[in-house]
Amino acid sequence: MTRTIHLSLDINGRRHELDVEPRVTLLDALREHLALTGTKKGCDQGQCGACTCHVDGSRVLSCLTLAAQVEGRQITTIEGIAAENGELHPVQAAFVEHDAFQCGYCTPGQIMSAVACIREGHAGSDDEIREYMSGNLCRCGAYNSIVAAVREAAEMA
Amino acid sequence: MRDFSYLRASSAGEARQAALQAGSTLLAGGTTLLDLAKCGVMEPETVIDITHLSGLGGITLDAGGATIGALAKMGAVADHAGIRAAFPAVSESLSLAASAQLRNMATIGGNLLQRTRCSYFREPDVFPACHKRNPGSGCSALGGVTRNHAVLGTSDACIATYPGDLAVALAAFDAVVDLGGRTVSVDDFFLTPGNTPERETALQRGEMITAITIPASAAAKNSTYLKVRDRQSYEFAAASAAVGLEFEADGKTVRDIRVVLGGVATKPWRARNVEQALVGKVLSAETVEAASRLAMEGAVSHGANHYKIELAPRVVARAILKVGGLV
Repeated sequence: MTRTIHLSLDINGRRHELDVEPRVTLLDALREHLALTGTKKGCDQGQCGACTCHVDGSRVLSCLTLAAQVEGRQITTIEGIAAENGELHPVQAAFVEHDAFQCGYCTPGQIMSAVACIREGHAGSDDEIREYMSGNLCRCGAYNSIVAAVREAAEMA
Repeated sequence: MRDFSYLRASSAGEARQAALQAGSTLLAGGTTLLDLAKCGVMEPETVIDITHLSGLGGITLDAGGATIGALAKMGAVADHAGIRAAFPAVSESLSLAASAQLRNMATIGGNLLQRTRCSYFREPDVFPACHKRNPGSGCSALGGVTRNHAVLGTSDACIATYPGDLAVALAAFDAVVDLGGRTVSVDDFFLTPGNTPERETALQRGEMITAITIPASAAAKNSTYLKVRDRQSYEFAAASAAVGLEFEADGKTVRDIRVVLGGVATKPWRARNVEQALVGKVLSAETVEAASRLAMEGAVSHGANHYKIELAPRVVARAILKVGGLV
C-alpha cells in the first residue's frame, strides 16, 4: 500500500519537484531523491546534528523533519551558502583556516549550525558558542578548533 | 519506519476530526513522533500535520500572566524577553533543554507530550516487554539497568521517568493546558503510571492542545530552574528543580514558595510537603536543607537509580537558596 505524494520544495533558491512516500524525511529527500549529498546522515535520530539544515532561516534537523512538512518553506543546505562565484561563506573559510575538522563528516552540519548560531547572536563567548553548538557532535573531537572558527567568523560578521 | 498516509490540516477543527480516527497522530515539531517511529515505538497509520495552521503560535503577556500558543517553538519562548522577565524558570527550563536545532523545531504543545527516555521502552525489538507500549506484556526495566529511572510516582507496572523540563517549571506556577473545549491544570494533565502506564496524560483521542496559560505571581517572577546532568549541555536531567519564592515584607520570611522536581519521577513532581514546611519560616541553609529532604518522601530505589534520592534534595536546596539570595 505504498502511496506517494507530489512535493514541490524550495531548496537553495531553486524549485525541486519530487514524488515520495509520506514517511520520507527532508534528509532522505535531499540525499536520495535530489542528489544533494552535502547534508550528512549520522545518527538519523536527532542526536548528532550532522543533518542540520535551515528552514526559513532557522537551523533544524532534517532527519526529524518530513519532506512533506516543509513544502512552502525556504530550505537552505550546505550547498547553498557559498557565493554564486564559488567564494566560500565566511564560516566555511574560518573552518578551513582553523582546520576545524578531522574526518569532515560532521562538518556540513557544524557549519550550518554555526551560521545560524552567529546570526542568532549566540556566539558572544567561547562558553556561549559551546552551549549553542552542543547539538553538533564531532566524534574526532575537533571542538577546540570548531570553537575558534566560530569565534573568528562571529567577530568578522 | 512504517509507511503512513499524510494529511496537512487546514484548520484546527479538521485536525481534531481526523485525530478521532484510531491510528492517527498529530504531527507538530516531529522531534518525538519521528524519532519514535524510527525506533518502531510509534506506528501511526495517518499523520496529521498541524504545523501549517495559523494563529496557534503566539505569545501574549499581560498583568495576569502569559498565554503561549501550542505551536510556539521552544526556542522562541526561551528567548522571549517578557517570559524571561515574568517567568525566569520557564525560560531557563527551555534554554537548558535539548539543542538549538531541536528547540527551533519542537513546539510547546508537543513538548508536554514528549515520551519517556526509558531505554527499554525505546527498543521494542530487543525488549518486547513494556506495559507502556503493550499493556500486560511486562516491564523490562524492573530488574534491568535503572540509572535513569524514576524513584517517585512509580508502580509495579512502570518506573519510566518523565523526561521533560518545561512541564516541571509550568507545574510550579499552576499553569493550565487549554485543550480547545476544556482546560486542565498541568499538574492534573500528567498521570502517574499505576496499573495503566499506557495512559500518560489527560489528553483524550480527538483533543488537541491549543495553548498554555501561566498566571503571573511574585514567586514566578523570582524563580529558577536548576538542572543537574551527566554532561553540561544537550542532556536530560539526572535531577532538576523548578523553584519560585516570594518573601514577606521583612525580606527573609517565606510567604509563597513553589517546588517541583524533574528527572526523578514519573510525572513533574510538585513537592507540596517541602513548600508547606517552608511557608512562614525564616529562610536559612538549615531550614532549607531539612525541608528539601521531605521531597523524597515515598521514594523507592531500584538499585542504580538510588543516587537520585541523595541528589534530588540537594538540587532542590540549592535552587531554593539561589532564589532566596543565600548562595
